[in-house]
Amino acid sequence: MKFDLNNDKLYRMEHYNMNLTVKVWRQKNSKDKGGFVSYQVKDISSEMSFLEMIDVLNEKLIVEGAEPIAFDHDCREGICGQCSLYINGKPHGPWMANTTCQLHMRAFKDGDTIVVEPWRAGAFPVIKDLMVDRSAFDRIIQAGGYISVNTGNAVDGNSLPINKDHADASFAAAMCIGCGACVAACKNSSAMLFLSAKVSHLALLPQGEPERKSRVLNMVAQMDKEGFGACTNTGACEATCPKEISISNIARLNKEYLFSSLTSDK
Amino acid sequence: MTWKQVFTSSVGKKLVMGFTGIFLILFLIIHVSLNACIWANDGGKMFNAGAHFMGANVVPRILEIGLFAGLILHIVQGLMLELSNRSKRGIAYASDYGNRGSKWYSRSMGILGTLILLFLILHMSDFWFPNRAHQNFVLGEEIDLYAKMKTTFSELWVVIVYVLGCFSLGYHLAHGFQSAFKTMGVHNKKYNQMLTSIGYGFSVIITLAFAMMPLSFYLSWLN
Ligand code: HEM
Ligand code: SF4
Ligand code: FES
Repeated sequence: MKFDLNNDKLYRMEHYNMNLTVKVWRQKNSKDKGGFVSYQVKDISSEMSFLEMIDVLNEKLIVEGAEPIAFDHDCREGICGQCSLYINGKPHGPWMANTTCQLHMRAFKDGDTIVVEPWRAGAFPVIKDLMVDRSAFDRIIQAGGYISVNTGNAVDGNSLPINKDHADASFAAAMCIGCGACVAACKNSSAMLFLSAKVSHLALLPQGEPERKSRVLNMVAQMDKEGFGACTNTGACEATCPKEISISNIARLNKEYLFSSLTSDK
Repeated sequence: MTWKQVFTSSVGKKLVMGFTGIFLILFLIIHVSLNACIWANDGGKMFNAGAHFMGANVVPRILEIGLFAGLILHIVQGLMLELSNRSKRGIAYASDYGNRGSKWYSRSMGILGTLILLFLILHMSDFWFPNRAHQNFVLGEEIDLYAKMKTTFSELWVVIVYVLGCFSLGYHLAHGFQSAFKTMGVHNKKYNQMLTSIGYGFSVIITLAFAMMPLSFYLSWLN
């Protein structure tokens, strides 16, 4: 599905209300087996966001004395990477280049059944309901996603010439918000798109140069340790990424890895 | 990073797949060119001369050892990667992700590879094994491979299995060709687009050329 404003199946601009069946994965805690529970939600506005629809459902559950559905969210404006949700077979739902918090209910029509699952990956264990533990990503960043900065006076920003193409490619890679949708979409549960965005972001800038070799080697080692799969270049990640991180970053990571492993001293 | 750490990492394992994959592609170019000599339509004279050069000469026979090493590495590593990757999801999704962003054959490399492996077992027991056995596995006298092709490909089921084997290889390469270059680190857009196109072209040519061989015998296009 392309980003197509004329496709009224995806973008119906006039306001309408709908009744829906929402099938949600419920799981008490990481030990619980979990399972799907179906809920009926009524009078949902097409102008609501997907998370607002769940808010409405949760209000209803609270009034009924039931446990509300746990899900991750923070900024609700598509920048923090906290929201997740695998909606009808797509991480972040049916729209392209979009986060779940920016998915609006006009993507659905009256009478639809929506299946909502957590991200599924051994490296992202479910904490509760739709919330998964993505701290594996933090540990990957800790393994090498940083640069050394000298103390002392700040140097003039313009004293360091940077190739414009590299700066642009680096910025595009730095757009990654660490949401994990790439892992959720990949048949191998590989974290390579995320990792390649972080490695490319720093490898393309002079500031990333001091740790260039150890960074990629250590971050890949940490990714493997966390239990993510290997990349087979299928392309599902790139098509799902809310920030449109290009799969060419993965090839760049492979180059960095090959070069660093051949030339590192250890 | 020791060599062991490098080649047991996920990226290192993929590098092994990529390098051995390209190596096997180079072999395919030689294999298909030599076999194309059957279409000289000279009762197999040219083809048998080529086959004789490959089978009775010390250099190609040493290269053959490298070919087996590469093939076995590719198969063992490929199957192990496939099993490992399949184990990473944990609980399966209830709704299928579908085709967005990826082609079915790119997601089926393990299955396509297994089909190629099954085909290779049949293929080698049809030609390679009887011929080498005849040579006592050294550089001795070979059998008439053209005549052997003629009898082998007189059976319909064999022809069908060979054609299916060729198509499995074609789809494996349609993804594998460009994927191998990405694995080896080619990230420049202009090269990637070029390599993807070359990969599709190569896959189609390889598939059709190999598939035409059993068909040529079965349909008596050759005398
Ligand atoms: C005989 C059984 C074979 C098996 C079990 C097998 C299996 C696999 C597997 C599992 C992959 C990894 C999938 C991926 O990286 O996307 C792969 C990749 C590949 N295979 Fe095979 N394969 C076999 C034969 C062949 C043959 C005969 C060729 C070529 C002549 C070939 C060429 C390639 C290439 C080029 C790749 C891509 C490597 C990469 O992406 O880095 N394979 N194979
Ligand atoms: S690469 Fe894209 S999908 Fe993956 S974590 Fe970053 S923003 Fe999310
Ligand atoms: S809640 Fe911050 S990106 Fe969706």
